[in-house]
Amino acid sequence: MAPPNPARTGVWVGIGAVIMSFAAYTSAMIVRQGTTPEWHHIALPPILYWNALVLVASSVTLELARQRIGGPFDRLGRTPAVQAAKSREWQFWYRITLALSVGFLVGQFFAWRRLASEGVYLASSPSGSFFYVLTALHALHVLGGIGALLYALRCLHADDGPRSVNVLGAVAVYWHFMAALWVYLLVILALWI
Amino acid sequence: MGKLFAAAVTVIALVSAGIFLSRVWWLPPDFTTLGKDIDGQLVETMIFTGVLFVAAQLALATFVWQSTSRTAAIRLFPGGPMPLVATASAIVGLEILSLVFVGTKVWSKIFLAPAEANALHIDVQAGQFAFYFRYPGPDGKFGVPHPDKIDEGNSNFFGLDPQNDTAARDDIVSASLVVPVDQPVLLTMHSKDVGHSLYIPQLRLQQDFVPGLVIPVHFTATGLTKTEIVCTQLCGLGHYNMKAYLEVLSRPDYDKWLAAQAGQ
Amino acid sequence: MDNVSASITELPPAAPHQHAAPDSFIRKYVFSLDHKVIGKQYLGLGLLAVCTGMFLSWIMRYHLAFPDKPVPLIGLIAPTFAAGGVITPEFYLQLMTMHGTIMVFFVLTTAPFAGFGNFVLPLQVGAEDMAFPRFNMMSFWVTFVAFAVLVAAFFVPDGPPLSGWTAYAPLSAVGKSSGPGEGLGQSLWVVSIAIFCIGQLLGSLNFIATTLDLRAKGMTLARMPYSTWAWFITSIIGLIAFSVLLPACVLLLLDRVAGTSFFIPAGLVVSDALQPHSGGSALLWQHLFWFFGHPEVYIAIVPGFGIISTILPAVCRKPHLGPRVLIACQLAIAGLSYMVWGHHMFLSGMSPMSATLFSVPTLIITIPAAIITLLWLGTIYGSKLRVNTAALFCLGFVSVFVTGGLSGFFLSQPSIDTYLHGTYFVVGHFHFVMGVAAMFGIFAGTYFWFPKMFGRMMNETLGKWHFALTFLGVYATFMPMHWLGLEGNVRRYSSFPSDYMHGSLALHRFITAAALFLGAAQLIFLVNLLWSRLRGPAAPDNPWDATSLEWSTTSPPPFDNFAGVHPVISHGPNEYGVASARGDYIMQTDPPSAAASSAVA
Repeated sequence: MAPPNPARTGVWVGIGAVIMSFAAYTSAMIVRQGTTPEWHHIALPPILYWNALVLVASSVTLELARQRIGGPFDRLGRTPAVQAAKSREWQFWYRITLALSVGFLVGQFFAWRRLASEGVYLASSPSGSFFYVLTALHALHVLGGIGALLYALRCLHADDGPRSVNVLGAVAVYWHFMAALWVYLLVILALWI
Repeated sequence: MGKLFAAAVTVIALVSAGIFLSRVWWLPPDFTTLGKDIDGQLVETMIFTGVLFVAAQLALATFVWQSTSRTAAIRLFPGGPMPLVATASAIVGLEILSLVFVGTKVWSKIFLAPAEANALHIDVQAGQFAFYFRYPGPDGKFGVPHPDKIDEGNSNFFGLDPQNDTAARDDIVSASLVVPVDQPVLLTMHSKDVGHSLYIPQLRLQQDFVPGLVIPVHFTATGLTKTEIVCTQLCGLGHYNMKAYLEVLSRPDYDKWLAAQAGQ
Repeated sequence: MDNVSASITELPPAAPHQHAAPDSFIRKYVFSLDHKVIGKQYLGLGLLAVCTGMFLSWIMRYHLAFPDKPVPLIGLIAPTFAAGGVITPEFYLQLMTMHGTIMVFFVLTTAPFAGFGNFVLPLQVGAEDMAFPRFNMMSFWVTFVAFAVLVAAFFVPDGPPLSGWTAYAPLSAVGKSSGPGEGLGQSLWVVSIAIFCIGQLLGSLNFIATTLDLRAKGMTLARMPYSTWAWFITSIIGLIAFSVLLPACVLLLLDRVAGTSFFIPAGLVVSDALQPHSGGSALLWQHLFWFFGHPEVYIAIVPGFGIISTILPAVCRKPHLGPRVLIACQLAIAGLSYMVWGHHMFLSGMSPMSATLFSVPTLIITIPAAIITLLWLGTIYGSKLRVNTAALFCLGFVSVFVTGGLSGFFLSQPSIDTYLHGTYFVVGHFHFVMGVAAMFGIFAGTYFWFPKMFGRMMNETLGKWHFALTFLGVYATFMPMHWLGLEGNVRRYSSFPSDYMHGSLALHRFITAAALFLGAAQLIFLVNLLWSRLRGPAAPDNPWDATSLEWSTTSPPPFDNFAGVHPVISHGPNEYGVASARGDYIMQTDPPSAAASSAVA
């Protein structure tokens, strides 16, 4: 039996809370769509799909980084010499992850600009309201995730040992959830908004 | 102290139960076809909960009394928890079944059954802080209300447009709800601004006005009465004073009243 | 770290006690990472809140009894809103809104759960602290900020909101035109509650992770004390409930300030102005709010169940009847609590079929509640009661919970609710279960754990007087409300100009007298708290001869709870009425053989 891991439990609890809150927003949207006759469907800016790829890619690169973290926790069982050479690689993949995550946020921003130029604002229509609420809140949680990634990076540099790897493990779960959440939202937006 | 507590619990339980039983503070007599059913269900619930209330409080008092006596000794509850679980589930479960069965019938009569075909249709609008009742007038048709045309200064509470809407010309608007006795009445309720609610205790009738919705509710008054309609959904500072009168008149008196209103 | 080939994801966690003992005043008492200090901070906040909320209710009750007279002294405290002590209808509603909000959120959600739970749970599971001490500290201060933001509403020009603690839209959504206080005051309310949600989520995070991951060796889930179970279940309920309230507040705030129309339909004319919103649903707010709101009342009461179930065996000197049934019933209540929210909305215009769908689980939830009550009665049966104040509040809890729960039976049936909704019957019901039963849980917990928290005993004489006057006072105050309700007396009214409600003035005066008497009785509690804190006699480690882990350490516990010793648990929490070296009980930390050799005072 694996020893208890509070960081991991904590992140799953947090994910539970985020799932419930987005479920609330989703049901609010479904109810709202049912009560109003004037639901104008929005054409989703294509950049949203690119952003999805970027976010999923950042999950992949994060996993690549995690695999390359050396030391006694190297699960590929490599020799110390190989480990030393590989240890720089994890930092490279980690930086790529951070860059991709910032890229995602920038891409979201451009999506909002595009919609605004088409006259779709927060209060201009019910579909517009939900689009902005859902995407803005997801972006806010991604921002929090970036903060968590930076915190984990700091822990790894301080080389706390098992603790920092645990922290990174928990942050990674959250990060993958952010990508999955975006895919879910994209489906919802494409089908409903 | 334990015995004092037991005594206090006993007195409180018996006095409270007694006050409920004596009906010194009770529902007003009902003037509605549904009164018997609703009151019957209330009384059944009161008997059931009253018995449980007294039994539980007396059990508590008895056990505490015994446990604070000099001769108190540790005794485990006979049979352990499972007989208690079984009994509680059975008694409460059966009562729930009975109440649900009866209650659903009553509830359906209130809300699921449609109004009768000959129901008198009255349109009700609630706004901060008054109720207005609209009768269709001799043409039997309601004019279309327009929120942007509401002009309280000129008594156009519903925002009717008599110039362009012929059906609206003879609509009668009244600040009182006047209905004939033994006549099914259908109210269609809508709100001008925020949430309100209509409550007529004598008719055992209560229904919220939800902004954005038009909600139908129906009743038949079975006796002559003049009673208040009060608002029970917090709607602002005038909420406590938001009321209207319901008058149930005999058929001839009602016809006279309606004719007088139409004449205005 | 003995398993070198373990994958990266399976490393043993670092010791939870990453923080060293604090040295500065700020670190010890203000920004403390210690769960014991945080728990006391929450209890302190709860105390401040309950005094504020109670004071507001005195003004309301006085006005209800004497609607034409000004309330003494209030003109001095609130010269703008209540000039000369005259309580306007809007001020009454504003008082009522703040009373409800402060009591439900800042008393009943903080004290029983975050207050006692933070202090006691890590001790009871044998941990050195909560799993995330920094999040824990943040959760308290976030809650404190929420309280400050809420109270700030009293100090803005138009005052606090008047839409009730339920803040129904569109009254709460359209802005100042719907009434005094609906401008900035309502916005502050929404922001405060949103901040509160975040504090609660941080708290739930800690409770769940600590309970699952930081239990000491031998502390299986089955051996956890019943109060720990209750806090654990409450934290799960809260996680889901507050995760829904937060979105509701976000959407409401957007409607108020950003021109959206989540809750505001088209065509509303408020104060002669046609509102520019359209397409929103007022019912949507009610659904979101009550989806949170019903589990919220269980968040308020389930810790009380746990506290009663922990104290009763200790004062009865016999094991709790049916502990596994107890836990199963609490889990059933927690699960069912998510299926019943529509019973607050029977008359809201939602489909009549859904009314039946909500009514059935509402009625069914009475079964586990009844079973739990019977388990308590079965525990008291055949006991050798030690009648101290904590015991009295437990016994009182049973009595008032029965009363409050049974009145719910009426309201859970839609056809009866047609008559009783919106009347004082409802007010009586929820005050009995929340304002009385949950408060009794808080009092019981205070008298029980005060010695552990402060190393001093509370005064028993004062405690017994407090209980006696409070017990009589609550029945005198809240039982007559049911009779008012049966008469059709409507709630949330600042006075009763209606013909048919005139006659109820006498009963209202009686209630006011009882309420003021009840309020005065609480002074005894406050005096007892202060006096005992400063001058109470020193408390032994285990004054109640109780079994759970907090009693195996000193009063108060050292910084890391167990003085560097990792407790090893060999018994469950229910070993009362068994012969042992201690007498008639075995502590959880006693060695596996029943005849414990080490004697503790």
